[in-house]
Amino acid sequence: MGAPVRLLIFPFRVLLFVAVIRPFLAIVLGLQARGRELLPVAGPAIVVANHNSHLDTAVLMSLFPVSLLGRIRPVAAADYFLSNPVLSWFSRHIVGIIPVQRRRAEGSAEDPLAPISESLRQGNIVLFFPEGTRGEPEVMVDFKKGIAKLAERHPEVPIVPVFLHGLGKSLPRGEAIFVPFLSHAVIGESVRFGVAAEGGQEAFLQRLREEITRLAESLKVAAWL
Amino acid sequence: MLSHLLNSEVHQNVLLAIAGLWAMLGLATAITAGITRGSATKSHRELRLRVRSWWVILLLFSASLVASRLLAMAFFTTISFMALREYFSLVPSRRADRRVLFWAYLAIPLQFYWIYTDWYGMFIVFIPVYVFLFLPARMVTIGEVQGFTSAAGTLHWGLMTTVFSLGHLAYLLVLPPPQADGAGGAGLVLFLVVLTELNDVFQYVWGKSFGRHKIIPKVSPNKTVEGFVGGLLTTTLLAAALAPWLTPITFPMSLGVGALIGSVGFIGDVVISALKRDIGVKDSGSLIPGHGGILDRIDSLTYTAPIFFHFVRYFYY
Repeated sequence: MGAPVRLLIFPFRVLLFVAVIRPFLAIVLGLQARGRELLPVAGPAIVVANHNSHLDTAVLMSLFPVSLLGRIRPVAAADYFLSNPVLSWFSRHIVGIIPVQRRRAEGSAEDPLAPISESLRQGNIVLFFPEGTRGEPEVMVDFKKGIAKLAERHPEVPIVPVFLHGLGKSLPRGEAIFVPFLSHAVIGESVRFGVAAEGGQEAFLQRLREEITRLAESLKVAAWL
Repeated sequence: MLSHLLNSEVHQNVLLAIAGLWAMLGLATAITAGITRGSATKSHRELRLRVRSWWVILLLFSASLVASRLLAMAFFTTISFMALREYFSLVPSRRADRRVLFWAYLAIPLQFYWIYTDWYGMFIVFIPVYVFLFLPARMVTIGEVQGFTSAAGTLHWGLMTTVFSLGHLAYLLVLPPPQADGAGGAGLVLFLVVLTELNDVFQYVWGKSFGRHKIIPKVSPNKTVEGFVGGLLTTTLLAAALAPWLTPITFPMSLGVGALIGSVGFIGDVVISALKRDIGVKDSGSLIPGHGGILDRIDSLTYTAPIFFHFVRYFYY
């Protein structure tokens, strides 16, 4: 889609966030953010968060000022979000996702992370869920390798960890009915692969996971029974 | 347009009382500004936040008293919703009960619709009877038996506290028939809320100044017998002064109603304290800067609202 069409669509994205998504998150989910000043104010940057709900992307995007909205690109699974034409159009043009193949086709030489690298080079802020799936509500599973590979490729790009809570209770995977729970976003200090390089990808994944777990522990929350 | 948003029959005493509250908070703001000027300690910052939040609360509360009935109901419905959401986010709940919680939330607009339409019979049985019987039935159709009893109890206690009890506050608005004695529904709400909130303050101040003997150390270690009694007496006297002005309650009944509000307000406070202590949190939430959560602010009201409501309904309406 060319630039003129994007110019037409951008006001809709702004309107959607200002008039619908932000009031919804504030009034219905009572969303509270802690450490907002630690968010990147310009690209390139990567924001990583635990993933439990479709609402996660909306929450992360709503944390940024409207002036940055055009620069924010959530990484999303192509097999899910491009699966039907309506969802695909909405995801690509209104939300602005970078579609990524979670499973590489047999024998394909295509690099699934290439579109993300390209977006970072353009100075965008990329949202990335390293678990690769929403999984069980309010349970953080092991991170996939993708984020470590990406970080190694861009050792100077700041990676900002965020812990999200409540959204997996409000709208978990496989549930169509939305039930309000208070929601929180806790933002941590950024890390760079360049600084944490010793130990390589494994150590970096470990570090990132610990950061998010630490943010989680700073928030006293009720777990599912 | 404005006439649809405003209540055209607000009694002048209600307006005077609201003006008095604004003046009092203005004075309190000036005093705290004087005390905390140039100070950056945590407790002083907290105090400034607390006063700022009081302004927001007072602004919304004043608006709800002079607003049309529909707008006022929307305000009280929102308070109940936020309180129930805070409760559900605080207490342990079972994943299996997500859809049951959905029905519990749905009870809120219905309950406030009964209030709006002044349907007393439905208002008084809906949650204690119909919702009480329906939610466990819905839980059974989901079929998870592990933890069933405590889940059913937790759920119903939350609804009774944040929707049924608190709903009585909203019902006060529509309780007095037109042309009845007193200053209308808004006068009753104002009387109850001011006495309940000030009772908390009086008990705190008396306790800080003269407190020696702990009254309920296991639940609330800072509460003292001296604070409770001093607060109760002050609230009783204030009730006698305000009642003829805002309510149809006359002397000496006004002394009785003041003592009632002072004592059950204390119980509401410590009941929510017990809940927080059980869960292991200091505040029920962080929605109101400097105050904590919604439940921290409305704890006493969950007791004073139904008790005061049934008192005035029995004796005066």
